[in-house]
Amino acid sequence: MTSLTIVRRIRARPSLVFDALTTSEGIARWWGPDDGPVLLAETDLRVGGRYRVRFRMLDGSEHESSGEYLEVVRPERLAMSWRWAGGEDPGQSLVEIDLRAIAEGTELTFTHSRLHDEETRRSHEAGWNGALDKLERHFLASLEHGGAK
Amino acid sequence: MENYHEELDRTFGALSDPTRRAILTRLEREDRVSVSELARPFAIKLPAVMKHLDVLHEAGLVMRSKVGRTVTVQLSPEPIREAMDWLRRYERFWSASLDRLAAYAEGKEAEMEEKGG
Repeated sequence: MTSLTIVRRIRARPSLVFDALTTSEGIARWWGPDDGPVLLAETDLRVGGRYRVRFRMLDGSEHESSGEYLEVVRPERLAMSWRWAGGEDPGQSLVEIDLRAIAEGTELTFTHSRLHDEETRRSHEAGWNGALDKLERHFLASLEHGGAK
Repeated sequence: MENYHEELDRTFGALSDPTRRAILTRLEREDRVSVSELARPFAIKLPAVMKHLDVLHEAGLVMRSKVGRTVTVQLSPEPIREAMDWLRRYERFWSASLDRLAAYAEGKEAEMEEKGG
């Protein structure tokens, strides 16, 4: 559970999706959790190059994340490190995006991993996913029974 | 904010050990278990189990209560819920972002097809 995977099927060819993911013009159109504006989008698209994106949410709060491109294989794969500016979430995580050509366009597989510290990463590898899932089920069950706050 | 992350660190740290996960999994099945009963399936000695219980207690993952001479342990799911909420924030961020990314790329594709690309 410290890694997050999302799969989306997009009716556009992989090269268009890749460019939307990596150009300032593209990023400005989609980055962020709500319809608030992207205030800044800088990308230096090469392995070792950096990106920086700042956005404002509809509640007025501003957030910035930045990192380094680790793998750049147009139009198939992109990997980058991720870090929030300020004290939002300390530590560095990893974003990986794979694009696969399918009949209707592109299948995008997005993974954000290493979402917590070293210890979490190790424990994740050791498989506490299952344990945490079970505990979550327990929690949800107790909620249904009105047992937990 | 600091405290919040310290709490998350403690939760994830507590969950990083297989014995502690096994204890939590058992407590998920059985509501209240005595310490000696909890220790029974493990090859390690009671004091070692007590240490694991201390870590779980420190992270707020279990509650202990004493009835007579027996100490029983019970699951406390609140820190798990907080860890889940924290992960869900990332899920909301990316899910909304990728929806807009898809809409944007699909618009570009439609433009190209109009141009005969």
